[in-house]
Amino acid sequence: MADLMQLLTTNPLAKQLGVPQATRLRRGRELPSGPVAVGAVGGGTLALRTLELLGVPTRAALVDRPETRVTETTDDGRTREVPEAYPDSLGALVIDATGATSIADLEVVRGLLRPAMKGLERSGRVVVLGVEPETAGAPTAVATQQALEGIVRSVGKELRGGATANLVRVDLLTAEPTAPAELASTLLFLLHGRSAYVSGQVLHVGHGAGDPRVEEVLADRPFEGRVVVVTGAGRGIGAGIARTLARDGALVVAVDVPAGGQGLADVANSIGGTALQLDITAPDAGARIAAHVAQRFGDMGRIHAIVHNAGITRDRLLANTDEERWGSVLEVNLAAQIRINQVLLDAELPGGLDGGGRIVGVASTSGIAGNRGQANYAASKAGVIGLVRAMGADPRLAERGITVNAVAPGFIETEMTGRMPVATREVARRINSLQQGGRPVDVAETIGYLADPASSAVTGEVLRVCGQSQIGA
Amino acid sequence: MPDQLTDAVILGGNRIPFGKAGGAYADASNQAMLTSTLDGLVARFGLAGERVGEVAAGAVLKHARDFNLTREAVLGSALAATTPAYDLQQACGTGLETVIQVANKIRLGQVDSGVAGGVDSASDAPIAVGEGLRKALLGASRARTPLARAKALAAVRPGDLAPETPRNAEPRTGLSMGEHQALTAREWGITREAQDELAAASHHQLAAAWDSGFFDDLATGFLRLSRDEGLRPDTSVDKLAGLSPVFGKGEGATMTAGNSTPLSDGAALVLLGSPQWAAEHRLPALARFVDAEVAAVDYVSGDEGLLMAPAYAVPRLLARQGLTLDDIDRFEIHEAFASTVLATLAAWESEEFCTGRLGLDGPLGTVDRSRLNVHGSSLAAGHPFAATGGRIVATLAKMLHDLGPGSRGLISVCAAGGQGVVAILEGC
Repeated sequence: MADLMQLLTTNPLAKQLGVPQATRLRRGRELPSGPVAVGAVGGGTLALRTLELLGVPTRAALVDRPETRVTETTDDGRTREVPEAYPDSLGALVIDATGATSIADLEVVRGLLRPAMKGLERSGRVVVLGVEPETAGAPTAVATQQALEGIVRSVGKELRGGATANLVRVDLLTAEPTAPAELASTLLFLLHGRSAYVSGQVLHVGHGAGDPRVEEVLADRPFEGRVVVVTGAGRGIGAGIARTLARDGALVVAVDVPAGGQGLADVANSIGGTALQLDITAPDAGARIAAHVAQRFGDMGRIHAIVHNAGITRDRLLANTDEERWGSVLEVNLAAQIRINQVLLDAELPGGLDGGGRIVGVASTSGIAGNRGQANYAASKAGVIGLVRAMGADPRLAERGITVNAVAPGFIETEMTGRMPVATREVARRINSLQQGGRPVDVAETIGYLADPASSAVTGEVLRVCGQSQIGA
Repeated sequence: MPDQLTDAVILGGNRIPFGKAGGAYADASNQAMLTSTLDGLVARFGLAGERVGEVAAGAVLKHARDFNLTREAVLGSALAATTPAYDLQQACGTGLETVIQVANKIRLGQVDSGVAGGVDSASDAPIAVGEGLRKALLGASRARTPLARAKALAAVRPGDLAPETPRNAEPRTGLSMGEHQALTAREWGITREAQDELAAASHHQLAAAWDSGFFDDLATGFLRLSRDEGLRPDTSVDKLAGLSPVFGKGEGATMTAGNSTPLSDGAALVLLGSPQWAAEHRLPALARFVDAEVAAVDYVSGDEGLLMAPAYAVPRLLARQGLTLDDIDRFEIHEAFASTVLATLAAWESEEFCTGRLGLDGPLGTVDRSRLNVHGSSLAAGHPFAATGGRIVATLAKMLHDLGPGSRGLISVCAAGGQGVVAILEGC
């Protein structure tokens, strides 16, 4: 049945019949092929300076005003006013709205967006830059900055052909403003194919410890020579994470339960990593991870990043949920990573988390929206969100340059979702702005971005990888 | 050739959970099991793409097509294709004999590292054609004319069409291993109760080891198994007492399916290296390979029991090393049958046997039962013939490492053909 549905949604005939077609998304470390247009509202320059730093060529964005419109004659002979069009398909539109403080400024945002709405290439990008609303000052300015979120989320839902829209909020009006070098890894990620399945999201880039160097931001293999631990790496999304981070240079320690079997060995062997069979709920799990790293990579060997991907489900309506079903999910999905973090954050522990290290959790849209029959799972995943926010705000970690973030995947095509009932699966695939399921690599690329040494100014964030799913939005 | 022998150290191992014949691995070939076990080992130690000194393994029940079984497994694995491999076979002693072989080569400096072990499938056993049919087919293939070919094939008689399956019987006596052991059990007066107690302890101790995570870095799940299929954590002496004897006859029959190892499927491998190779790969040594001995007995004439050879090999090995049973911290005596272990222990306690048969001044001594098979053995895990040695060596090496440097372990494996392979390891 899976194949039948695939056929229906990819067959040209199906398109003629009106079945919505999934666009093949641009993926990987690829910039859009068309030009990147930049427009500013209220004199913001951060976007332009960041793109210059990245060496991305830009052009000025068109602005739709009554006087710039052109007259177009339709097939039935009538005429209408349309916005000026870009000469070629646009790769991306970046709007620097950090200076937007009034309702009138939002009209400029509209003017910048309108020509791009039909001018973007497939998998084109809209990135809007704003500030944290609560730092904006006057109530009107706060309202204006908050309005950007409504605009970006709506644009994400209107764009077609695999294009995405995201809002990045930076610190400009605070004592420690975001530097272009700090914004660079985020902006590059959002323009790259790596963010294929991230749309309609709002994320905050602050100020980290020390500006990343531009070569670091642009590195094709940012994890070269760095140790990355991935739990639940034997299959599904975890295997995708391990493979993607290894592709980007990581020395991967692939962790999975002893009962997992061949999957873990196959993943570890295919990426030249090591397999560590471990029940993450064991009291000594953190110590065993550290011991493995210290042993395999020497006394100087420390962990650059740990990705807490391992998770289980024990779905049942709450009316039928006993303490075992409840507790096992919370234990594996939440309590275990809290314990492991505590151990690895010991700065003196051989094989622990390095200064400038990264902790990346895996939440879920279920954790945001809740899900019938998944109170235990949703509790654990919402817990991950709370954990990440709390740790991201911890000055002791910030002092050591350690960031803590999470991804929240939506519907991802895996062996597990492949076993869902056809109708349920098809609904889940379609109920998002990109009108398709994501791939494990989409989650993995987002984790790679958060774990990137250059993403030092991103912490306490939960980034959804859901194609702007309606669930929990 | 170096003037001094280098040490050979055991760095770890990997096995798949052992399956019951006709169970989870019924459709798995020896090659599939061995390859998966090798890949699990490679992943554990991060050896993907590396050339190790050699891989030595074997299988007791072997298809003719598997003439190069181990090399084929290497080629199908994540190891570098430039890793040499060979098959070796010494019945149930195969696994331990491969460890001895690889350790000796490392000690001589001929290789710096190696993988040793074995695999066996009682489920996917080879079936051969009868001797009459085989001769006729060979004759037909030699024939030069159609007539001659037809003539050769015409020699086939209906009775020749029955296939020959491998039998668990000694070719020279026609007795099965169990029937042989029943004679030994009776001779040594091994009681049913003692056998059932040993069997129950094996299950309980192996289950506890799985529960405690002891096998987390010694085993990798395969197909649907994540633990040994024949393991019965809830068995008891009472439950075992209810089983009917299957070997031996009449009143004195004591051996049941519960206190004999089941036919099994599985594979186990051990990683060995020189201390230098281990250090270069940042792998801690678990145990040092000290020495080994192989003995054989004349069971055909009835002079000695089929599975009693280790009773001879161990005293010789201890004498060469200047050790006594009291110097050994962990004993791993392969449980072919509960009565095999018990008869061996009884022999070492017997003045008559030790003076008469071994030429000692008195009994060899008593094995402290609290040091015997402390994480269970073949009665609970199962016994895929050539895989047992690898299972025991890796398990013992880890135990000795946990006990600390200088701790000593003794391995004893009895084998078909009246042979016994034994070895001593020392904890690092």
